[in-house]
Amino acid sequence: MSTTLDDSQWPLWEVFVQEKTGNPHEHAGSVHAPDAELALQAARDVYARRGPVVSLWVVESARIVATAPADAASFLEPGPEKIYRHPRFYSGPKTAKAGPKAAEKK
Amino acid sequence: MNASVETLLELADDRLVLGHRLSEWCGHAPILEEDIALSNIGLDLLGQATRLLELAGAREGRGRDADSLAFLRGPTAYRSCLLVEQPNGDFARTIVRQVLFDAAALPELERLARGDDAELAAQAELAAKETRYHARHTRDWFVRLGDGSDESHRRMQAALDALMPFTAELYAGRAEPRAELEALAAQATLELPEDPPYPASGGRRGVHSEHLDHLLSEMQCVARAHPGAQW
Repeated sequence: MSTTLDDSQWPLWEVFVQEKTGNPHEHAGSVHAPDAELALQAARDVYARRGPVVSLWVVESARIVATAPADAASFLEPGPEKIYRHPRFYSGPKTAKAGPKAAEKK
Repeated sequence: MNASVETLLELADDRLVLGHRLSEWCGHAPILEEDIALSNIGLDLLGQATRLLELAGAREGRGRDADSLAFLRGPTAYRSCLLVEQPNGDFARTIVRQVLFDAAALPELERLARGDDAELAAQAELAAKETRYHARHTRDWFVRLGDGSDESHRRMQAALDALMPFTAELYAGRAEPRAELEALAAQATLELPEDPPYPASGGRRGVHSEHLDHLLSEMQCVARAHPGAQW
């Protein structure tokens, strides 16, 4: 191995933790690591030692495709007149917990 | 049959001294993530040592708790093996020391976890779980650095040559650590040195190198300067 790095840090990895089976993996933060196995171990040491965690994901930050802030207006803001796109007219069964409302309540 | 106080002290002191050695890396490791990893392993060992010392103190029945056993015994009363008091050296040496220790610690804990000393078995089961992770982390480094650059290979081989002679009393004639290490060394393209004809020993009898004196004087100075202090 003879890779030269511009700075002394290893590549950055984003860490996602799942606290309960069935829950979504949520972004917890990031770690530096030379490869996937050490990224998982670093993620475990930094983000999984204190709380209950059932699963960890790591993904190289460079692999994430993201929107640019400048694009936000045309890309992400929904038109206010298209209310039919928002499924707010239905009352679901009380036992159903999934969906954005359940997430908001947390 | 329940383990003797002497056996418990051997197990506890190995972990207390090694845990303290790892804590010396705190703030000095090559990279932040590894700083945290080494400190975590050190803390696990410190926790294992505390529980073992509590048990040793209770079985001894002279009113000594974990703190007094840790802070008020001099080096000649320590039963840790010579391997764990060896200084950190470079990162390679710290990794090799840990791999050599875990090669004996893991099978021993698994044995104790199945043993008939119920209190010790419960502790050993927890400690084995922690140690499996330590071994995963440090064996990973062992292979990477051994089979890495010319310099990392040279440092790993030097560390292995320097530390292997201190393993005799820890391995106590058992074959499994060496078998495990042979396989690991082959993977890491390192050569496991032959057992020396006259291996270093003495730690289990309280005969230590000066390294332990320095380690204990640093570890114990606050507790000795302020007897009974609470914090």
